Amino acid sequence: MDIQEFLQHLVNGISLGSLYALLAIGYTLVYGILRLINFAHGDIFMISTYAGFYLMSSAIMPWWTAFLLAILLTCILGIVVERAAYRPLRDSPRISLLISSIGMSYLIENLSIVVFGGRPKTFPIPEMFAKSISIGGVTIPFLSFVIPVITIIILTALMHIVHNTKTGMAMRAVSTDYEASRLMAIDVNKIITITFAVGSTLAAVGGIMWGMKYPSLIPLMGVMPGIKCFIAAVVGGIGNIKGAVIGGFILGLGEIMLVASMPALSGYRDAFAFILLIFILLVKPTGLMGKNLAEKV
Amino acid sequence: MKKNKLILTIVAIILLFCLLAFLNSIFNSYQTRILKLCGIYIVLALSLNLINGFTGQFSLGTAGFMAIGAYVSAILTMSPAKKAATFYLEPIVPWLAEVEIGFLPAIIIAGLISALFGFLIGAPVLRLRDDYLAIATLGFSEIIRVVITNLQNVTNGSLGLKGLPSYTNIWWSWGVAVVFIIFMALLIKSSYGRALKAIREDEIAAEAMGINLFRNKLFAFIVSSFMAGVGGALLGHLMGTIDPLMFRFLLTYNILLIVVVGGIGSITGSVIGAIIVTVAMEALRVLDGNIDLGFIKIQGIPGMRMVIFSVLLMVVILFFRRGIMGTNEFNWDWFLNNRFFKKRKKTA
Repeated sequence: MDIQEFLQHLVNGISLGSLYALLAIGYTLVYGILRLINFAHGDIFMISTYAGFYLMSSAIMPWWTAFLLAILLTCILGIVVERAAYRPLRDSPRISLLISSIGMSYLIENLSIVVFGGRPKTFPIPEMFAKSISIGGVTIPFLSFVIPVITIIILTALMHIVHNTKTGMAMRAVSTDYEASRLMAIDVNKIITITFAVGSTLAAVGGIMWGMKYPSLIPLMGVMPGIKCFIAAVVGGIGNIKGAVIGGFILGLGEIMLVASMPALSGYRDAFAFILLIFILLVKPTGLMGKNLAEKV
Repeated sequence: MKKNKLILTIVAIILLFCLLAFLNSIFNSYQTRILKLCGIYIVLALSLNLINGFTGQFSLGTAGFMAIGAYVSAILTMSPAKKAATFYLEPIVPWLAEVEIGFLPAIIIAGLISALFGFLIGAPVLRLRDDYLAIATLGFSEIIRVVITNLQNVTNGSLGLKGLPSYTNIWWSWGVAVVFIIFMALLIKSSYGRALKAIREDEIAAEAMGINLFRNKLFAFIVSSFMAGVGGALLGHLMGTIDPLMFRFLLTYNILLIVVVGGIGSITGSVIGAIIVTVAMEALRVLDGNIDLGFIKIQGIPGMRMVIFSVLLMVVILFFRRGIMGTNEFNWDWFLNNRFFKKRKKTA
């Protein structure tokens, strides 16, 4: 692998890593508060690309309006999913919640197979993103630049919200201690709704950029990225936003570099994430950035 | 009293097989196929229920173990000529090319190899808990699938195996199901079963009572993967064709949902759940075709049945959380003490 090829893979890996990071944050936020693997998150991500696709294809609005509208729709979907499938089970065992999220994911997938059809659709890419630029002999699609930049902007905004606003403080409080924050007059249900809204919005931003980078859409496209991004969140330390970002980048870069350096193993690309997960769980179960928790009786 | 119950159980099993023989003779091949599927899903549901319901360890690896079972038994039973025809992209490894054994040894070996993988996977991951365990087992199940897809000269890769001998008849599927039901009932009543339930209720308390957590969990996991392997083998020989895509984790979801519908931690529930879900999935097939109500014709939408099915499941999950049976079991006392039965006894 010469240096140019390496740079190309690096750029590719960073943009895939950014997408994973955006999706992983949704998992980490929800897990931090509800201790729930939101299996439906990958499907919410999938819906956002389809929403983007339909709004773009309708061609009645400029692309940025279409994107914003798609993000808004996805955000609403995230809130609806929480209301319908998770809120009624607030006081039941965690396993019921997990099963409910599996059921919800199953429902969204089956519904979208009916509504969107099983045939792959091609995401229409706005002209300005379709260009390529070349720097020092390395040709890079413009999109591979845009994705990390947007990701960084969004992450900065998220960090600001979580650390400097009252809502963010409430979110952190709920994730630290659910019961105590309720006693502190925090409206826990409202915070959970906001968390789902934020998570779904990030998933939607990721989803639309994913659609532009990998333009072939199928109803089950959210499943694999969904599981991988949960793994990214676990690798980084679940419940920790920075950890999710780091995990996402490790996963994205690792996957691209693995395939690039050992093309013979490209069939095992999807297994890489799982091997990483099992390794991390056995070596440092709390993840790279996670705190060690004392076991409660 | 105990002896009476044993006799009742034996009579019930004989009656069941008479009923199956009767249904087998009047059903057409499509209906018989559903009946066979019921038996297989009972085995699979029991397998998942043992680890999830009775031991309380949330595992989502069933599809992976099924894949191992299905592939092992397929490779062991296919004739050398058929193998040569199937493996056209890359020939099968020589030491497997000439193997051809009967169905019973094949499914037993399939189960044992699954169990071996259950041991290899369970030993590291059973240290984890709850959702971590769920995602790790899901991960292993996917790794198994990815490995199968890439082992071209053993499994024929993504092309899958075609023309498996269709050994799975009604006797095999229900015979195995009955054997496993009896086995589970005995297991749960034994000291092993009680240890598993103790772990489910409270790990720390169980440990304090001298139960070796790790060994018991591993035991349950291995038995569960054995059953999943056998179930997978039966399914493969029913379908006649297997490929890695069949064993995606959506398959595990299906089985999980059977367990949830029946009641997590109930053998009777798994049996009832398996039958209801399998039959309902087929009955809902009506929705995919055109419905003619005489005065109005509804255009069928392909895939609609899965939507309705998943909506029904969400309803069960949200509103009937205990499933059909909860953690209750069928037993003869309940049956004998039934008022209807008592009255008849008095008159007789």
